Amino acid sequence: MDIAIIVGLDVISGIASLVLISAGLAVIFGMMKIINLAHGEFLMLGAYATVLSVSAGVNIWFAMLVIAPVFVGLVGVIVERCLIQFLYGRLVDTMLATWGLSLVIVGGTTMIFGNTIVGVSSPLGGFQVGAYQSSLYTPFLALMAILLMTAVWAVMRYTRAGLIARAVMQNPDMAATLGVNPARIYMATFGAGAAMSGLAGGLLAPVAGVVPTMGAAYIAKAFITVVGGGTSILWGLISASGLFGFINQIAAFLTTPVFGEVILFIAAVILIRMLPTGISGRFFKGRL
Amino acid sequence: MTLSRRKFIRNSAAGGVALAAPSLIGSMARAQDGPIKLGSLHDLAGPLAATGEPMVYAIMLAVEEINAAGGLLGREVELINYDTQSNIQLYSQFAQQLAVRDKVDVIHGGITSASREAIRPIFSRFRTLYFYNTLYEGGVCDRNTFNTGTTPAQTVEKLVPYAMNLWGKKAYIIAADYNYGQITAKWMRKYVEDHGGEVLSTDFFPLDVTNFGPSISRIQAAGPDLLLSAMVGGNHTAFYRQWAAAGLKDEIPIASTTFGLVNEPATLEASESKGVLGSYGYFEELQTPASQAFVTAIKDRHGAQTPYVSELAAASYEGVHLWAEGVKMAGSVDRMAVIEALETGLSFDGPSGKVVVDPKTHHVTRNTFLAEVENSQWNVLETFEQQEPLDTAAVCDLEANPNDTTHYIIDI
Repeated sequence: MDIAIIVGLDVISGIASLVLISAGLAVIFGMMKIINLAHGEFLMLGAYATVLSVSAGVNIWFAMLVIAPVFVGLVGVIVERCLIQFLYGRLVDTMLATWGLSLVIVGGTTMIFGNTIVGVSSPLGGFQVGAYQSSLYTPFLALMAILLMTAVWAVMRYTRAGLIARAVMQNPDMAATLGVNPARIYMATFGAGAAMSGLAGGLLAPVAGVVPTMGAAYIAKAFITVVGGGTSILWGLISASGLFGFINQIAAFLTTPVFGEVILFIAAVILIRMLPTGISGRFFKGRL
Repeated sequence: MTLSRRKFIRNSAAGGVALAAPSLIGSMARAQDGPIKLGSLHDLAGPLAATGEPMVYAIMLAVEEINAAGGLLGREVELINYDTQSNIQLYSQFAQQLAVRDKVDVIHGGITSASREAIRPIFSRFRTLYFYNTLYEGGVCDRNTFNTGTTPAQTVEKLVPYAMNLWGKKAYIIAADYNYGQITAKWMRKYVEDHGGEVLSTDFFPLDVTNFGPSISRIQAAGPDLLLSAMVGGNHTAFYRQWAAAGLKDEIPIASTTFGLVNEPATLEASESKGVLGSYGYFEELQTPASQAFVTAIKDRHGAQTPYVSELAAASYEGVHLWAEGVKMAGSVDRMAVIEALETGLSFDGPSGKVVVDPKTHHVTRNTFLAEVENSQWNVLETFEQQEPLDTAAVCDLEANPNDTTHYIIDI
């Protein structure tokens, strides 16, 4: 029984971290059709912002929840103005440009902060489930994932900004004739996506090895989740994270971490073969 | 008579050498005037950069010292360093460049076992002397190659019984999923069983795993007395962090063959790393005058951001000096003359103590140390004087088989 609870917590933590690491990518890809290959580096910048703020004496919660997303959001806006805005509608070019950007960010971070691993320790302790122990940070990550998804849903569904964003996403030309400036919306969306990535990086900093190259470990999973989920930002993301997180964690527990990864990728291949437009293309069509 | 493929290759290779000989002599005559060239192949970018950086610093220091003492044979030593960027393909490419274009007299380099096996055959083919200065799984048997790092018989053999005495007989092994981790895990299992213990399970992790939750649950479900770790790289440090976050640090202690090589004690919180046991051929914290002088010299030159000066740096430094001793004794930089000089059992007193070349295996007999992390630093608990490379010695005898070039996977 205890072990079931512990494994259940592992599954929740797997799902929550997939939601968090993929959210920024899903927003940018789902709304703007930009494939952001520098997504992993946005996570890394969020983690660095957190670690450096904490070592400068800032409260860890403030660093994770405020400094990391605001900083990376600003980076996102700058990147959009200087690079992405010239490449809308040119899918392959944006991939090349963002890949180049990721190399620049990794190189720059290495030059400034060196190649050593940095980090902060987890701010919450452990707790006991029968004979087993788990980290309180796991339910906290799950809570943050739920809050983030709720916030995205509320903004998109109930605010004027969300309405305009959805309109631009559906048909930018029509939105423009109605007096909306799509360029501004794109800039804000890219910034918001980057901020979400920064938040995820900040939240992962206490449970990850923070190095300039850490983005590479996350980007493949983030892409699989987004592609598996399809274009619907919210339901695609939640359903794909739920499915892949469950498969990955259960497989890793029952077999070994190697097969956990292998089974996850096989599941993703089968899913994309059967549902080429992702889960949301089939089941949540037209939903947020 | 039929000409088999193998025979054809052998004959044409011999012909190639004969043809190349005049130009070789020509280039040697020319080289007498210029500096002696020492090639270096280390990763200074990518995931392994933190490992490669101190190794290059150590080699630079050794070369500087040799030149300050008047060079070798009255000639200056010139360092030619290529950054392999954590990319095996670049290892092969730069290895060929060093051997063929730069015509260096010796090469020090290679970090992972995978990179070593990519370049070792190239140096055999082009007859260029090669030093591999990294701790590794043991078993390389090649007269053209000298290995100055420790192997499992020198470190794991000390670490496992010490940890078992302290903590108990039921072990759980976690290791990185490539040849180093796989083979080291076998050695761990052997030493656990030799000392009457039991291995509950062995888990391997690809280098990009970041979420260790399910594995931590598996380990708890197995209930071991101790955890033996051969985890590698930045992502894997997250294991120690998640392990501590789950509150398991004080429940199940850890002994590791890799912890500390890229500065884990300083980058994890003191509470996360406290009590981890490790065993290496060198620790920055060694209090001997030679060790302190070595660390100070490197930190003076490269400032506060210098990564931890680990066994890898010490062995690289000692490797260059051992080679220099070989050149001095041979009175030449000729490859065979230097190899024969080193095979007389040359030694060098480095930061870790006396390092002696073992002629049979081309590995070294050296001191190894066992230490525990305390306050984010290693506290050296025991010193094992002059440990021989017994694992490789069990399979390798270059005096009897000088033409051997095999990397033996030692049957455990």
